[in-house]
Amino acid sequence: MSIVNDAKQLAQGLVENVVSTAVALAPDSWIPGGVPDPLIAHRHGHVGKPISRVDGALKVSGAAPFAAEIPVDGVVFASLVYSTIARGRIASLDTRQAEAAPGVIAVMTYQNAPRMKSPPAFLSAPKAAGGDDAPVMQDDKVRWNGEPIAVVLAHSQEQADHAKSLVHASYESEAALTDFAEARARGSKTGLFMGHALHDEIGDADAAFGESAVTIDSHFTTPRHNHNAIELHSVTANWTGDKLRLHDASQLVAHTSWSIAQMFGMPEENVVVTSPFVGGGFGGKCLWQHQILAAAAARLVNRPVRLTLSREGVYRMVGGRTLTEQRVALGANAEGALKALIHTGTVAKTARNALPEPFILPARSAYASETMKLDVQTVELDMLSNTFMRAPGESVGTFGLECAMDELAAKLGMDPIELRLRNEPEKDPLSGLPFSSRNLAEAWRSGAERFGWSRRKPTPRATRDGEWLVGVGCATATYPYYRMPGGAARITLSADGHATVEIAAHEMGMGTATAHTQVVADRLGLPLDAVTFLYGDSTMPGVVLAGGSQQTASIGASVTAAHRALVARLIEIAGNDSPLAGLSPDQVGGRDAGLSHLEEPGRHETYASILSRSRRESITVEANAPDPLETMHWSMHSHGAMFCEVRVNTITGEPRVSRFLGSFDCGRILNPKTATSQFRGGIIMGLGLALMEETQFDERNGRIMNPSLAEYHVPVHMDVPDIEVMWTDIPDPHAPMGARGIGEIGITGTGAAIANAIYNATGKRVRDLPITLDKLM
Amino acid sequence: MITINGTGVPLPDDLRVTLLDLLRDGLNLSGTKKGCNQGACGACTVLVDGERVISCLALAVQYEGRSIVTIEGLGTAGSLHPLQQAFIDHDGFQCGYCTPGQICSAVGMMDEIRRGVPSHVTEDLASTTLTLSRDEARERMSGNLCRCGAHNGIIDAIFDARQEAAE
Amino acid sequence: MNLFTYARATSAADAASKFQPAAKFLGGGTNLVDLMRETIERPTALVDVTGLSSAIAEGPQGGLLIGAAARNTKVAEDTLVRTRYPALSRAIVSGASAQIRNMATVGGNLLQRTRCTYFYDDEGSSCNKRQPGQGCDAIDGFNRNHAVLGASSSCVAVHPSDMCVALAAFDAVVHIQRDGQELKIPFGDVHRLPGDRPDLDTTLHPADLIVAVELPPLSFSARSTYRKVRDRASYAFALVSVAAALDIKDGKIADVRLALGGVAHKPWRASKAEAMLRGGPATEDAFRAAAAAELADAEPLSHNGFKIELARRAIVAVLVELAGVEA
Repeated sequence: MSIVNDAKQLAQGLVENVVSTAVALAPDSWIPGGVPDPLIAHRHGHVGKPISRVDGALKVSGAAPFAAEIPVDGVVFASLVYSTIARGRIASLDTRQAEAAPGVIAVMTYQNAPRMKSPPAFLSAPKAAGGDDAPVMQDDKVRWNGEPIAVVLAHSQEQADHAKSLVHASYESEAALTDFAEARARGSKTGLFMGHALHDEIGDADAAFGESAVTIDSHFTTPRHNHNAIELHSVTANWTGDKLRLHDASQLVAHTSWSIAQMFGMPEENVVVTSPFVGGGFGGKCLWQHQILAAAAARLVNRPVRLTLSREGVYRMVGGRTLTEQRVALGANAEGALKALIHTGTVAKTARNALPEPFILPARSAYASETMKLDVQTVELDMLSNTFMRAPGESVGTFGLECAMDELAAKLGMDPIELRLRNEPEKDPLSGLPFSSRNLAEAWRSGAERFGWSRRKPTPRATRDGEWLVGVGCATATYPYYRMPGGAARITLSADGHATVEIAAHEMGMGTATAHTQVVADRLGLPLDAVTFLYGDSTMPGVVLAGGSQQTASIGASVTAAHRALVARLIEIAGNDSPLAGLSPDQVGGRDAGLSHLEEPGRHETYASILSRSRRESITVEANAPDPLETMHWSMHSHGAMFCEVRVNTITGEPRVSRFLGSFDCGRILNPKTATSQFRGGIIMGLGLALMEETQFDERNGRIMNPSLAEYHVPVHMDVPDIEVMWTDIPDPHAPMGARGIGEIGITGTGAAIANAIYNATGKRVRDLPITLDKLM
Repeated sequence: MITINGTGVPLPDDLRVTLLDLLRDGLNLSGTKKGCNQGACGACTVLVDGERVISCLALAVQYEGRSIVTIEGLGTAGSLHPLQQAFIDHDGFQCGYCTPGQICSAVGMMDEIRRGVPSHVTEDLASTTLTLSRDEARERMSGNLCRCGAHNGIIDAIFDARQEAAE
Repeated sequence: MNLFTYARATSAADAASKFQPAAKFLGGGTNLVDLMRETIERPTALVDVTGLSSAIAEGPQGGLLIGAAARNTKVAEDTLVRTRYPALSRAIVSGASAQIRNMATVGGNLLQRTRCTYFYDDEGSSCNKRQPGQGCDAIDGFNRNHAVLGASSSCVAVHPSDMCVALAAFDAVVHIQRDGQELKIPFGDVHRLPGDRPDLDTTLHPADLIVAVELPPLSFSARSTYRKVRDRASYAFALVSVAAALDIKDGKIADVRLALGGVAHKPWRASKAEAMLRGGPATEDAFRAAAAAELADAEPLSHNGFKIELARRAIVAVLVELAGVEA
């Protein structure tokens, strides 16, 4: 990321600050969500029912088509060669042997790759999708250990993979900075996140900390992580004339289309990206070099190209979560009221990307501390650009903050839940905005009762079961409500009363199509089988990122806008013969497969009747969602109370989670069945973060040393206990459908709850993740 | 020839082709998934003469004369195997990518239980009559990774389907 | 993966006749195919030996003879194995996954290669095991999983097998076919320490074919077990593992077998500890002293020092369990 871009981001941030002040002061009714979504009051429809996934039968029968599985005639297969130095230039690249190998069509390197602009890095423009802005195979420079340096194209994958081993490269190395401690010693700078400096202060926190009656000052480290979606990244690039079609595994099809169009200097509409099913994303299925290389290679050989990364390839060229070093210093009075909250630290990024892991985000709204100092420093390493991974910031930030709160509670001799409730803020501690809906205390109360928290023994090492020490712990989970600009949707209503919604959104397992089929059915007053929800195609309306747990809100607001346009259009074509004549769109709602007056439900006409009377086969409307001003008017966050029981082996130190409960306050739950899976999924990834996950980055040469699902441990069945989840189900009056996103909150707080339970079991505070057995022996 | 879901299929010309790539690229039976190609995730699990194996480390040529059943052979979207239906009922998946492997693996596991094959958590090795506890199921399914975190639903589905088979 | 020829052997003699320079015998493929894909192994010919004997039968003197083509699952579930040599059954089912155990053969398990990540990184790391003389990036790198016993300045890799640890404890005998002759090699002589030739995992010659593994009779083999310590609850390689069998008569240790996994370039027979224990009391103190003696020469690397204490504790715990004494 260049200085120019940094400045651009900063300027954009300043404008936003001015706007946000104005929005904060505006009357509620001017703001999206100012008038609660009518669906919130609608309690007897499809929303809130545990409906099985609409695509379930396809998935369990292996018939759901993932990116690598779309048949394309004449497709050729690609295999990549990766650099083995962290920084320097390619001195020689001998491809002759590879080119002569059986089945090989061509070898693409920087010497023959089509000329392209650099990818626009994510957050540098509204539709920028790139993991970073490094040129893609355009020069002889090497920027990280594992950068692709050649693409071998052959008639079969076996041939391409074999020929790849015949490409011979030599390098001129330059001094590379791959050691975090060394980078820190050279100096750091304040992180910039979405245009805002990652630095906040209220009062003089250092002074208040010094004067506090009870203090905790602890340091935490969290390692690099990889998303490790089980589906390998795969793309098929197919040019027809000057149009490019990508069959991709993507959580941002519209962004990808625009970004690739920028690179190749072509109109956005000429790049079509489809992604009907995604085999897990977690932040990792965005735009990296493989889509670009496939598109370039397909142009080079004038054939469709399929590029499926090997598992090693995913580690070499798709970024993961970066490492963090955190300090949490808490000062409180004897009653446990926070006087000072200091959360600072350093993270690594690259010069080419814009994501300093924002681990201070949880502290911004968690507690009512009199003073606060939050700061993220960044250093830049010669490595693969890091990126967002499930709850960037919150996942690792809650580890430091919520472990420190547990330490403070122990020092105060206070129940850790009581300490948290004592510091529950009445309004957003930093912005002063009112909370849209915050029921964390209720989540704690109901969760504690269900978990049996009152049976906890506060003294460590108090419970033993044979070889095992048993302990319990808790932590707060938190994740913001986001809704990004750019949402839009199209609704087509046909004469047989069937509605089809199209939006360039994504299904990576969250249950998007299922939940929104329910929502659309309720909004339009239709049965579920009269609704089709289409997504995963960049030609559809909307710029919708499946990230930031914002997709549900974005789709919800987009469909609301399109629905409003649809109602207006229907009233217009219904004409004076309709029972709806003379009503405004605000006075009617969807009901019984048609529209009806909200106050006189008898004034009703079916969609089929309206359309047939106006002699239309169908009508189509499209509308944009309003800008997400609600996030500047209210402080909008989801929360959870996380409870954990662990067992730690006294002989071997092996830690095992034996019980987990998450009690959530995330607004209205649209589908309890799929929501349960989302919450549990986050918790299980949090279990991995706590106990086993680490991307081994060799600081001597910047090489990732465990690019394998055998050596990078994610939790297996045997690691996962029965996980109970529950929720307040209190709608957020200012969010579409009353719902806040739920995809990421499960991973937050989990690491701390496990670490705190381990302390309760063993008396050991482990502040360095992952908590492996050697740290507990 | 290899028999795949009851149909005879010629061996690939290229000896390097694995059973997994034969299925996916050669036969368009893409229900069997490639998650690591390292033998570390179980997404490519298929049944060979009723036994579960990972097809990514299986050279197709080694399986000449054997009978392979893939997820497509267990049931189709219109006619689901009871375990496939149980996975839907218990939400034993999210993205659906590891799912065919989980289901094939669970089918193979049931047979191992019937045979009395012990596992790491089997306490009494001398007994050949096994009870499928949740821990037995967890241990035996540990070769199938799931990153979405559908583990609870998967185990629930296995128990439900077993119940149904017993009735 | 390089191109290769493929032939299926119908007998040991047939296998030998089909073997050629740069060939490999192919069992279940769970390790060899993976290594071929990584281009660490580049055989030009594969001779499939999965059709050879997989029988599990009583041996001549009351032990067991297991055909090298027996799949791991078949061995673990065999009634004779699980009742007479439970440690072997337990070791097998604690390794890999059910799917892999259904594929992997006994012969192949003996020959599986290390999981050292620098060994696996054919393109980007130095490894004396892969290419003698290249250097070892593990010694000062990520070596948490590496050897604390018997390592050399050339190599600190560990042998990854669980099954082999039990076989080492039971004094198994490996039957091989070499130059048309059948040889019997004591298990402890099959795998080797790295020394300055870490490229050689075993003492076997490239054309040697493992035809069977013999478990000699051992009066107390039924009193045996296997304990594995790892980072995940399942499906992970051992950090430390212990196979042990114990014979107690009149309150004294009449005999004992003890082997360790995850600590050395080969399955580590704990002979020192065994010698100390034989004839002594079956007490936790005695177990602790023996464990300490066995690990006395252990040398930690930067990240694996915990293995020394972990191995001591695991030895004691396993012996305590087998002895049935109070811990």
